[in-house]
Amino acid sequence: MKVVLQHLTKKFPSRNKKGEDVIAVNDFDFEIPDGKLIGLLGPSGCGKSTTLNLISGLEKPTEGKILFGEDDVTALPPENRGVGLVFQNYALYPHMTVRQNILFPLQNLKGKDRPSKEEMEAKALEAARLVQIDKLMERKPGEMSGGQQQRVAIARALVKRPRVLLLDEPLSNLDARLRLQTREEIRRIQRETGITTIFVTHDQEEAMSISDMIVVMKDGVVQQIGKPQDVYDSPVNRFVAEFLGTPPINVFEGEVEGGQLLIGGESVLSVPGAPDGAVYAAVRPEGFQLDEAGAFSCALRQIEVMGRDTSIVFEHPARVSANLRAIIPSEDRPSGSPEHVRFRLKSAKVFLFDHTTQERIPFDAEA
Amino acid sequence: MENRNNRAWLYLLPAIAFLGVFMVYPLFDVLIYSVEEKFNFASQTFTGYGLYNYRYVLRDPYFLQAVKNTFILVIITVPLSTGLALLISLGLNSIKPLRKLYQTVFFLPYVTNTLAVGLVFMILFKKTAYSDGLINLLINAFGGQSVDFIDGPYWAKMLVMCLYTVWVVMPFKILILTSALASVNQDYYNAARVDGTSRWRIFTRITLPMISPMIFYLVITGFIGAFKAYSDEVAIFGTDLNVAGMNTIVGYVYDMLYGNSGGYPSYASAAALILFVIVFTITVINLMISRKNTL
Repeated sequence: MKVVLQHLTKKFPSRNKKGEDVIAVNDFDFEIPDGKLIGLLGPSGCGKSTTLNLISGLEKPTEGKILFGEDDVTALPPENRGVGLVFQNYALYPHMTVRQNILFPLQNLKGKDRPSKEEMEAKALEAARLVQIDKLMERKPGEMSGGQQQRVAIARALVKRPRVLLLDEPLSNLDARLRLQTREEIRRIQRETGITTIFVTHDQEEAMSISDMIVVMKDGVVQQIGKPQDVYDSPVNRFVAEFLGTPPINVFEGEVEGGQLLIGGESVLSVPGAPDGAVYAAVRPEGFQLDEAGAFSCALRQIEVMGRDTSIVFEHPARVSANLRAIIPSEDRPSGSPEHVRFRLKSAKVFLFDHTTQERIPFDAEA
Repeated sequence: MENRNNRAWLYLLPAIAFLGVFMVYPLFDVLIYSVEEKFNFASQTFTGYGLYNYRYVLRDPYFLQAVKNTFILVIITVPLSTGLALLISLGLNSIKPLRKLYQTVFFLPYVTNTLAVGLVFMILFKKTAYSDGLINLLINAFGGQSVDFIDGPYWAKMLVMCLYTVWVVMPFKILILTSALASVNQDYYNAARVDGTSRWRIFTRITLPMISPMIFYLVITGFIGAFKAYSDEVAIFGTDLNVAGMNTIVGYVYDMLYGNSGGYPSYASAAALILFVIVFTITVINLMISRKNTL
């Protein structure tokens, strides 16, 4: 089922005395293709959870429309939309067993939609098998680990065969190891069922690793939509560039003069096609290449060897971001600990952003 | 280690001393009083040990009347007040404007003195030479006959008594239940809404189980409180409850000690112990049911 969001806007009445409405979601316009896994990504307070609530029907949009396929569901209450929703804290009913929790949505059905008892049991078991908790049917949520509870919550959301599956911060309550495992699990379940799935996260790594597409939001406004790698390789503005990637991108004060990028007065890269003026120059950690003859020189702070890669923490007078860090293959790492190192910059990993609008300034990358 | 143990006992000493003198010793004393036959308070003499006091109390029509009154009161007021409190709390929980005002209004009886409330009920229900009382005026307005609620038929008096008790005990229950309802995570309700759960099913399958520990707490303390009712009866019917036929078990105990026919600590002790056994049994049953039904 494809999900179409048309100029979706949600305003909340203000709580302060000024009386200005808080715009949680501002003119969200996007068509989510059928059967895809979409990650809604952004810092807390960016409106991603509100967007999810609008799609589920728990919140009514101030303006705009929501379509599932060809059906306009904007005015429908949540129960008539055919959505499955997994809450951040799972919201499993603590006094019911796993079986009762999974059966609960089915037992709500009335009239001819209501399956027989045997059908319900079969459907619940099928959903439980899908998430591999069919051996734990008689447990209560309190007797299970966080990861198992998460699976029960997904099974409960899937048992009615929803048209759209929505997950709110599905991995945030899990420990690091379980998080890796569960995100693969979510990917597998989504592939097996083919249900259009939208999940919300503030963790860019999580979103990048399993999504078919990611939507980066900030202050209620969609910044960029695209395949994870495309967004990473070609951010539209400084916010997206800084939000995606661990370790984060390195930002410097720079200037373009006659097709040359100057950082701290030194010409470090040729950027043909970029207009003259002050810019923010952002370099991905992997965009540095150790080179004795490199144009970019900086003071070395620390070398951290992390097995395959080595991370070089350095200092530069034109620094804007809190830390500067380059990632290079361990075999290339400098011997000893020199006071200064020189890098050559890979132009595909360097982005220029306008000093005032923060928008990306394109330039022709060198061959 | 020995030293530490001694220190611990030292710290506990004040509490143990007070509890021992004012709780444990009197309890045993009551037990002893209740089996001393023909005890004379003035001369502190008795003829022997036996169960005569219990036999006397259990055959005393005043005691049997008190037991009947107490049981009627308990059986009517505990479920009624808890149920009404639940309804009002659900109402309070689902309105936004004026919620604070209503909460205050519903809590007022709790901070009002028992005797003051009794006075209000007298004005509402009492029939005097000058006025039949507000309730009777209402009954007359609907074409009914005046009823003497304070000195009239038994059912009328019991009705007033039950109304009074329900009204007095409800505020505390509303207070507890509104906070219990407010503490249920909103996500459960959102999850139920997404799954298309009807309001009735949300109430019976989610809300009730979630607040059931608090309901059981209220039922158990409600039972105990209602069995120990006395001052409320005095507030409405005056001190001579036996004559009014509205005595309770605690009232009977008091009368045996200090009332017109007072000076019988043995009978009072026997009645008090019978009350203790009743309350204890019912509380154990309550606890067993609540264990079975909570998480």
